[in-house]
Amino acid sequence: MDKVLEVKDLHVSFKTYGGEVKAVRGVTFDLHKGETLAIVGESGCGKSVTSQSIMRLIPEPPGKFDGGAIIYKDNDLTKLKESEMRKIRGSDISMIFQDPMTSLNPTLTIGDQLTEGILQHMKLSSEQAKKVAIDMLDLVGIPSPHVRLKQYPHQFSGGMRQRIVIAMALVCQPEVLIADEPTTALDVTIQAQILELFRDIQKKTGVSIILITHDLGVVAQVADRIAVMYAGKIVETGTRREIFYNPQHPYTKGLLNSVPRLDVDGADLIPIGGTPPDLFSPPAGCPFTARCPYAMEVCDKMYPYKTKLTSSHGVDCWLQDERAQKLLATK
Amino acid sequence: MALRKHQEPQTQSSIPDDWFVPIKKNESDAEAVVRPSLSYWQDAWRRLLKNKLAMMGLFFLSFLTFMAIFGPIISPHTVDYQDLVNQNLSPSSEHWFGTDELGRDVFTRTWYGARISLFVGIAAALIDFLIGVIYGGIAGYKGGRTDHYMMRVIEVLYGLPYLLVVILISVVMGPSLATIIFALTITGWIGMARIVRGQVLQIKNYEFVLASKTFGTKTGRIIRKNLLPNTMGPIIVQMTLSVPSAIFAEAFLSFLGLGIQAPLASWGSMASDALPVILSGDWWRLFFPAFFISLTMFSFNVLGDGLQDALDPKLRR
Amino acid sequence: MLGYLVKRIGSMAVTLLVIITLTFFLMHSIPGSPFNEERATSEAVQKNLESYYHLDEPLYVQYFLYLKSVATFDFGPSIKKSSQTVNEMLGRGFPVSFELGMVTLIVAIFSGILLGIIAALRHNGFIDYLAMTVAVLGISVPNFVMATLLIQQLAVTWEILPVATWTSPKHMILPTLALATGPMAIIARLTRASMLEVLTQDYIRTAKAKGLSPVKIVFKHALKNALLPVVTILGSLAASILTGTFVIEKIFAIPGMGKYFVESINQRDYPVIMGTTIFYSTVLIIMLFLVDLAYGILDPRIKLHKKEGK
Ligand SMILES: Nc1ncnc2c1ncn2[C@@H]1O[C@H](COP(=O)(O)OP(=O)(O)OP(=O)(O)O)[C@@H](O)[C@H]1O
Ligand code: SF4
Ligand SMILES: [Mg+2]
Repeated sequence: MDKVLEVKDLHVSFKTYGGEVKAVRGVTFDLHKGETLAIVGESGCGKSVTSQSIMRLIPEPPGKFDGGAIIYKDNDLTKLKESEMRKIRGSDISMIFQDPMTSLNPTLTIGDQLTEGILQHMKLSSEQAKKVAIDMLDLVGIPSPHVRLKQYPHQFSGGMRQRIVIAMALVCQPEVLIADEPTTALDVTIQAQILELFRDIQKKTGVSIILITHDLGVVAQVADRIAVMYAGKIVETGTRREIFYNPQHPYTKGLLNSVPRLDVDGADLIPIGGTPPDLFSPPAGCPFTARCPYAMEVCDKMYPYKTKLTSSHGVDCWLQDERAQKLLATK
Repeated sequence: MALRKHQEPQTQSSIPDDWFVPIKKNESDAEAVVRPSLSYWQDAWRRLLKNKLAMMGLFFLSFLTFMAIFGPIISPHTVDYQDLVNQNLSPSSEHWFGTDELGRDVFTRTWYGARISLFVGIAAALIDFLIGVIYGGIAGYKGGRTDHYMMRVIEVLYGLPYLLVVILISVVMGPSLATIIFALTITGWIGMARIVRGQVLQIKNYEFVLASKTFGTKTGRIIRKNLLPNTMGPIIVQMTLSVPSAIFAEAFLSFLGLGIQAPLASWGSMASDALPVILSGDWWRLFFPAFFISLTMFSFNVLGDGLQDALDPKLRR
Repeated sequence: MLGYLVKRIGSMAVTLLVIITLTFFLMHSIPGSPFNEERATSEAVQKNLESYYHLDEPLYVQYFLYLKSVATFDFGPSIKKSSQTVNEMLGRGFPVSFELGMVTLIVAIFSGILLGIIAALRHNGFIDYLAMTVAVLGISVPNFVMATLLIQQLAVTWEILPVATWTSPKHMILPTLALATGPMAIIARLTRASMLEVLTQDYIRTAKAKGLSPVKIVFKHALKNALLPVVTILGSLAASILTGTFVIEKIFAIPGMGKYFVESINQRDYPVIMGTTIFYSTVLIIMLFLVDLAYGILDPRIKLHKKEGK
């Protein structure tokens, strides 16, 4: 399959009063053409930082890029000049942020906010740009778009605003769309509509999507592949089927157990106990050790090697070591 | 095996077998808090200490206060001794800040003026604080109609041009220290009242929330941890900033001839008395009082800014 | 919008009424003022006063009659300059003061905003510290001191600018500078703070994610939002400039209203104090109102809110 985007061993940290937060500690994944890759994980595990790093939107300071590569079309984005990066933002790779209520500028009409991206990246007159914007609003399901174009964000509901934000991200027909928790701030019915919209748009435009969420329900609906993130690392990747039906990492299993499922009896819903480790001084070994029911001595001492179970399924966990398998078998 | 922890085995197979045993968990480990947790006030204080400008302000204010107390004492001259032989002397070892047209010692008068200016500023700020807390407290606590009407009154007062009212009062009551402080506090308390009212409303909300969740035991903690920081921060900042604005207003009144009257002196009255003679070259008459007014303003402003940053719970990390 | 206007004008009227009432009764309560029994003024002045203030009527009648004349913009006679009325003084002084005030306001707004933006964009850099130090100094120096220093240096020592009066554009430079420093510093600080705040907002990140240039982000997305708080203080700034004109006009011998006002205070010319105070208050209240309207126009959220709240 064609890779459109490759993230290799990404490291990002933040300088704060309390010390240096190592938010992303060696994240590696790739994104294939036309697929939806979901990145899931608890709050604070570094999902947003990862996604904003791809766009180079981490504010520096306090943020700091500590190494790694982000390959897009044979270019390492981390090495581009800011002016070259600007050409990519919004046109090749675009992004949707978590909160539709705050991600639109309250003092500009949405028409203005939609067309400025078009005018920035495409050689179109403002009339043509307006037409593109109207078509886009139509595509995301905003009724009577030519009237709506003249309105301000506060005149729209939350769901509508998220549609507008999506339209804004799509106006320049990007190859990659990064959606950072696009539905978290919305209520459930609207959430479903927005996810539906994502699927529609992907079918129509073939855009590759990185969908960031901590909601496995959302993942189950739209993801082709899933990357599970924990404490600044990706601990397991696989296709949706692999992750949902054959999870290997205890953290993944924990996540799945803490999600209400309709196919299984809802009775034994077990949240993961404990809290993620402090990223000021992340543990040398597996960061899940303190919370992991299977934790072994080795887990505390060394970070596990990556084990490839299939060409698409990989996991960082000592349980994959045969000695651990024996230990499990004797139990 | 004699492998030490930080010498990691290089290959998977070289990892010793006995590492693959269930870990003995130390329960307290998991709960251990790695980051030192500071109380709100410690944290705020630490941040204030880091703010060089604010510390400079604090230093200057301490210096000015010290001199206001001891300056007139260490000076060999008295405030209003008129030495008609030694008029308009420029600064010398005898008269450190020179003398004025009546031969009075400017150094002594400057620090004497410091007492009055600082007194005016601090008294006005304190009275603003008192009235503000009472008014705002009642409005916020009673709520409903009372609050509505009390806020209406504030709205009307807020529309009044502050300095014009101060002028009017001073004209009517005749210039005196009491008049000035009274005039300055007539509308000065409004800002404080608004802040206090807002905070009281918030407290009521907290209590409501707490009561409804029967978290009774934690009320004290929540008030200490959340409410006091939120409440005290803006109040302290407001007070810090109302001192210099009172001092400024007093200087303005002095300029209009409505300020402190001779034989008393404030920085404002000294500076405005000095205005006519500045062009004749007697720079020291204006320089010293004006410099110290400015220094006070500067210090209070940077200290206020620093406090604002240090006390802002939002900025806490 | 209409409902809002009506309400707003209503509260303006109340404030004004409070000021007039306050002024009237305060002036009448002064022992030894021309409004009281023991009168110490000349025959001619006494006649003027009596006919304008109806001093032979009971106090409350006087009050209502005074309200009536104020409502028709008749502020009465002066008692020190028997041939003059307050209206005449205002007519002569106001245009000059207005000019000084407006020029100052414009200078302060533009330079303050510029300074604030530059400081915010160079946050924690050398320029930021420099700009903010200048701004704090600007706030810290009383305007009469500033004026004197400027005269001393630029007019007396270097002789590059005229010392006083208001006769040519060149004469306007020093007074404007002296008067504008404080407000400029306030605007610069506020602009910087609110710009920094706005720059952390989500919609700025959205704009960056669109690939817009920093210039566009600052001027199109950040500035308007950052200036909203600045607009809200323009009213009180206008007030401080207005009171500042008293000082500046006196120091620079500018024949504006402020100069008359200060003189009337020094001479205890009560009717002039009354008239001028009320006139100033009216001007300020109208300024505050205009600022509110401007805010409503700049911030689209406000308009709708008021419309809904009708
Ligand atoms: N600007 C910043 N300054 C300091 N620390 C930051 C900053 N941004 C993120 N972090 C830290 O980086 C870590 C990862 O944050 P991130 O926002 O990526 O989490 P997330 O996985 O997106 O969580 P959520 O689901 O809550 O959005 C957190 O510990 C956070 O405290
Ligand atoms: S490596 Fe160890 S601690 Fe980490 S998830 Fe696997 S078994 Fe649990
Ligand atoms: Mg996030």
